[in-house]
Amino acid sequence: MKTWIAFWSIVRKDMKAYYLKPPNVSWGLLFPLAWTGMFLIRSGQDTHSLQSVLPGMIALSVLFGTSSMLAVAVTFEKKARAFDRLLLSPIPLVLLMLAKTSGAILFGMFNALVPVLLGFWFADLSGTDWSMVVPAVLLIAVVSTYLSLLLAILATEVFEVQTLSNFVRFPMIFLCGLFFPVTALPWFLQPLSFMLPLTYGVDILHAAIQGEQILPAALDFAALAGFCLLLFSLSLHSINRHWIG
Amino acid sequence: MTGPAIRARGLKKRFGEVRAVGGIDIEVSKGELFGFLGPNGAGKTTTMSMLTGLSRPDAGSIEIGGIDCSRNPKAAQHLIGVVSDESNLYPELSGFDNLCFSGALYGMRRQDRSRKASELLELFGLVDASSRKFSGYSKGMKRRLVIAAAIMHSPPLLFLDEPTSGIDVESSRMIRQLLTGLHRQGVTIFLTTHFIGEAERLCDRIAFIASGRIVRTDTVERLLQPVQGRYALTVSLSGGCPIPLGELEVAFPGLDFQLQAPDELRVESGEPLKAGSLVRFLEDRGVEVIEARKRVLSLEDVFVEITGIGAGSMLKEKEGRWR
Ligand SMILES: Nc1ncnc2c1ncn2[C@@H]1O[C@H](COP(=O)(O)OP(=O)(O)OP(=O)(O)O)[C@@H](O)[C@H]1O
Ligand SMILES: [Mg+2]
Repeated sequence: MKTWIAFWSIVRKDMKAYYLKPPNVSWGLLFPLAWTGMFLIRSGQDTHSLQSVLPGMIALSVLFGTSSMLAVAVTFEKKARAFDRLLLSPIPLVLLMLAKTSGAILFGMFNALVPVLLGFWFADLSGTDWSMVVPAVLLIAVVSTYLSLLLAILATEVFEVQTLSNFVRFPMIFLCGLFFPVTALPWFLQPLSFMLPLTYGVDILHAAIQGEQILPAALDFAALAGFCLLLFSLSLHSINRHWIG
Repeated sequence: MTGPAIRARGLKKRFGEVRAVGGIDIEVSKGELFGFLGPNGAGKTTTMSMLTGLSRPDAGSIEIGGIDCSRNPKAAQHLIGVVSDESNLYPELSGFDNLCFSGALYGMRRQDRSRKASELLELFGLVDASSRKFSGYSKGMKRRLVIAAAIMHSPPLLFLDEPTSGIDVESSRMIRQLLTGLHRQGVTIFLTTHFIGEAERLCDRIAFIASGRIVRTDTVERLLQPVQGRYALTVSLSGGCPIPLGELEVAFPGLDFQLQAPDELRVESGEPLKAGSLVRFLEDRGVEVIEARKRVLSLEDVFVEITGIGAGSMLKEKEGRWR
């Protein structure tokens, strides 16, 4: 009971204090808006090609939204040593990290609304299977938040985290089938694609929006869930090692 | 809490090549105001981090209120409030929201949080600033709010890392009064400081730490015993003392002379000292006296004696900001 008071207060505080911070607005909201707008203009009235870029746009918005929010809520607080207050409080570390990442996950999902709403306006989404889109967006948000968390623990400066996460984010745009199918990549890059969690998330989105997919949805979901668990436990382990030194 | 408030045995901590803490024992009884005194880099903050669960000792054991911290760190953290050496509250939140958030971390309910936060803002003289963002607070206000945040959940044991460093006389006096008040209410306090006078006035017992080792732990009374009724005179000279100390001792029997620095003469005695005759004696021999200062020997002198460390830097800061 007491622990949940702490949990919700952390989530609420992060949302209240950080959602409208400049880096979040620019990376989280403006960036997907600009990209989606650009794609929409390029594809013109060709609704099929709109549907083919929408999964990539959603994934991209979630990816950039979660990582920018996490950088503020964790890296920034760690740097200013406000994070010590959390480590000093009696909340178990697992719950603490779940609370600290919840804000970023919700923010990432909220960001996914940007391309989805634009999609409603410009494309035909009547055939979309929302019961797959929503859990896929959730899992993409979770997995990219935990990935950013791991990077945030391994780096100490805010700019280091940003540089490091760009090293991860940009290759993922090309390797994970966001804007062209993984199968179109040179053969030697394809194994790399299947080592990245986003590939599985984007595959579900393609299936739900366009009806095209590489892997069975159940396998995609299982792989994403596996990545979530793996990344979260790696993060906890690294916090224990690096932050409670 | 059962047992002593803090019991630590054989604590050690290294950072690579640096031995920050080299095997120290600490025992603090319930209700005690315990001072942890030492120069910069002595290992005070490192020790406090280990005691509060923010870092793990390389060796040694810690019990807080009878709870073994290596087994059950989170249970021990319920019992403690921590004021770290930096004012690390949330800059985006108001003073009031910062306090409420701190209370929430310890599971306080909404009504209790609001009531306690208002009480503390009143007590710390921050009512007018309660709805202002923490980022706009002055240094002294920040320090006060950080202390308020640490006692939101009414912990029976409070750790403070240099609560009065870098703030003005008024704010530090207020903080010292608050600590005295908490002490009277029975809160156990672990106070880290390098202001010797502060420790002397506030604490029941003091541990001197230097280079990661505790040199001595004792009550203030017992620490002061060897200097009780001793007087000192410090004479600053321009360009050193050309007169041999032996000659001075012959001229002024019963006084101890010592060159503290090349241009600073220190005189000690069991009787109240008269500066005039000594200054005249020196000036008659062509020595230029800049200043002669009398004082009663205090804990500063004990510290220098025991640790062998010139308390220079600690004293200077003390004079500037303390009293
Ligand atoms: N995270 C760290 N990494 C490397 N060295 C450290 C670290 N923390 C402390 N040290 C070293 O350990 C020693 C003790 O430092 P500590 O901060 O505990 O001293 P302190 O007594 O609190 O000093 P101060 O009065 O300046 O606050 C110092 O030599 C310091 O450089
Ligand atoms: Mg310190």
